[in-house]
Amino acid sequence: MTENNSVSGGMSELVKTVCVAVEEFIFVFGCYLVIYGHLSPGGGFAGGVILAAVFILIMLAFGKERILKIMPRKRAAFIESLGALLFLAVAWAELYISGIFFRNFIPSSAAGHFKLMSGGTILIYNIAIALKVMAGLFLVFFVLSITRVILEGDKLKMVKKQ
Amino acid sequence: MERCIYLILLPLGGAFIIAALNAVVKSAKLRNIISDILANLVTLAAAGIALASFGIKGSYSVGAWPPPFGINLVADGFSTLMLATVNTIAFCATLYSVNYMDQYTSKRHYYSLFLLMLAGMNGVLLSGDFFNMFVFIEIASISSYALVGFGTEAEELEASFKYMVMGGIASAFMLLAVAMLYSSFGVLNMADIARAIAVSPRATTLKFPLFLFIIAFAIKGAIIPFHAWLPDAHPSAPAPVSAMLSGVLIKTLGIYAMTRIIMNIFAADVTGLAPLGIISIIIGMPLALGQTDIKRLLAYSSISQVGYIVLGLGLGTPLGIFGALFHLINHSIFKSLLFLNSGAVAYRLGTRELNDMGGLNKVMPITGGTSFIASLSIAGIPPFNGFFSKLIIILACVKAGHTGFALWAVAGSILTLSSFMKVQKLAFFGEIAEQHKKIKEAPLLMSVSVVILAVLCIASSFLLLPGLRNITLQPAVDALLAGAEYAKIIK
Repeated sequence: MTENNSVSGGMSELVKTVCVAVEEFIFVFGCYLVIYGHLSPGGGFAGGVILAAVFILIMLAFGKERILKIMPRKRAAFIESLGALLFLAVAWAELYISGIFFRNFIPSSAAGHFKLMSGGTILIYNIAIALKVMAGLFLVFFVLSITRVILEGDKLKMVKKQ
Repeated sequence: MERCIYLILLPLGGAFIIAALNAVVKSAKLRNIISDILANLVTLAAAGIALASFGIKGSYSVGAWPPPFGINLVADGFSTLMLATVNTIAFCATLYSVNYMDQYTSKRHYYSLFLLMLAGMNGVLLSGDFFNMFVFIEIASISSYALVGFGTEAEELEASFKYMVMGGIASAFMLLAVAMLYSSFGVLNMADIARAIAVSPRATTLKFPLFLFIIAFAIKGAIIPFHAWLPDAHPSAPAPVSAMLSGVLIKTLGIYAMTRIIMNIFAADVTGLAPLGIISIIIGMPLALGQTDIKRLLAYSSISQVGYIVLGLGLGTPLGIFGALFHLINHSIFKSLLFLNSGAVAYRLGTRELNDMGGLNKVMPITGGTSFIASLSIAGIPPFNGFFSKLIIILACVKAGHTGFALWAVAGSILTLSSFMKVQKLAFFGEIAEQHKKIKEAPLLMSVSVVILAVLCIASSFLLLPGLRNITLQPAVDALLAGAEYAKIIK
């Protein structure tokens, strides 16, 4: 998104430039934590939080119009449900493949496929959790920042910020 | 035991599929229809599985990890009885929601939260591990906070917030107690903790967690003096949610969890609970009698009826526990029915104020008739189910030598009768107001759902027959009386 820095709204040019410089690195680091988390510190939740931080960073720097082009609210809500469904689907698949709910059916030691060290299905679970956490955290931030509670007469009402 | 997994899996899967519908189905109308059908299928399947699971006794190690390391699910007589109750009521509530929830926007989110709450409750009933139980309690509670505020009017949000604060305190207490147990035993598995307690009852380190558990579950179960959230939360929720909250949620998160932990894990003395039950009965009922908002009246009456259940359990005798569990099932049935009826009245009249109603039997015969049956059941008139369970509890009080308790329970029952006669007189009998003469009976599915519950009000009396009792209630009583023997289910 380096091609168009001059959209209206958001913070100063300085912040935007730094944001553009670091966002890809943060994103890649988040993906690394998710994908490598089943063998080392990290994992779906930590990685997901960092991925959500990328979107939040863009939103803070460039304003909400920009972020809604990349990640519309409906898409975020769908990704959130998709994460949960993926998690459940893998657990269900394990029930059918190995006969026991949540039993890891991919060989998890170096003796398995391609002689890789692997956590088996834990990797897929981590990806599912990351999707859910990323979309969920982003939505929480987004909703908190676009709505506010006002006093209308003697009643509280939630409205969209102008 | 394997099929019990589906009681958690199906509602969870259903909840997220319904939540994800907006990306797949473009038309809002079609989305509503799909979520109606899906939610009803899920709860119907869950009710079927739960009713077929009577007699199951065993444990399931998730992921094939043996108990102290992995999560394990346990079913015994008590859990299967509760599962059958919860899922049956949930099916009636979703059936009712099809028509009722049309007046709200985003029906899809409602079903999604509803199924999450159901999954949480089923999880609580099946979990055999303290932390897992805590997580499921949170799933059920957090979805119920959202459901209470579903209408997003000022008073609903306020009630939801109050409920959330109280519920949060309860959860914090429970988490603290779980942490203490973990620090003394190094395991979270209930069976292992029960075994450890049976071998070396370290009284001083155990009393405090037990105390915290009792407070946490007394708040969740709205036992006086921990009831402050309930009279606001239950009336504010949409009717099917009120039916679930009053009918089964306070019993699953409150009574079930409390009894299971006190009797099966700590194998402690339960007699301290009986006075709490009596206080709930005698304070709850006059408060109910004074209300003119129909749902608020029902909410207060829930507090006092839960008092009967706690009283029965607190006696600690086989007859007392039997009466308590029987009353628990009966109360789930007739209180959900009453809440659904109040919802039907509010759906047609647009008010919950008893003084604005009157003569509704003429225009809403099904709602009026089923509500009459439910009122007689809750007041304890034979041959309806409430009569038998209250009679057993009162007999158990006398047999245990607590004649005073028995007298208070009878007094509470008379007040119940008077408050429900008040509902009947003000809402369904008497002269009908001119502007109400043109209103119609509640829509079809709402009527079907209340008729099912009204039939259950009478049918559940037959649970006393030895043939049915030995399948349903007796295993639950035996499971509770077995105390720390509970640990033997888990290999």
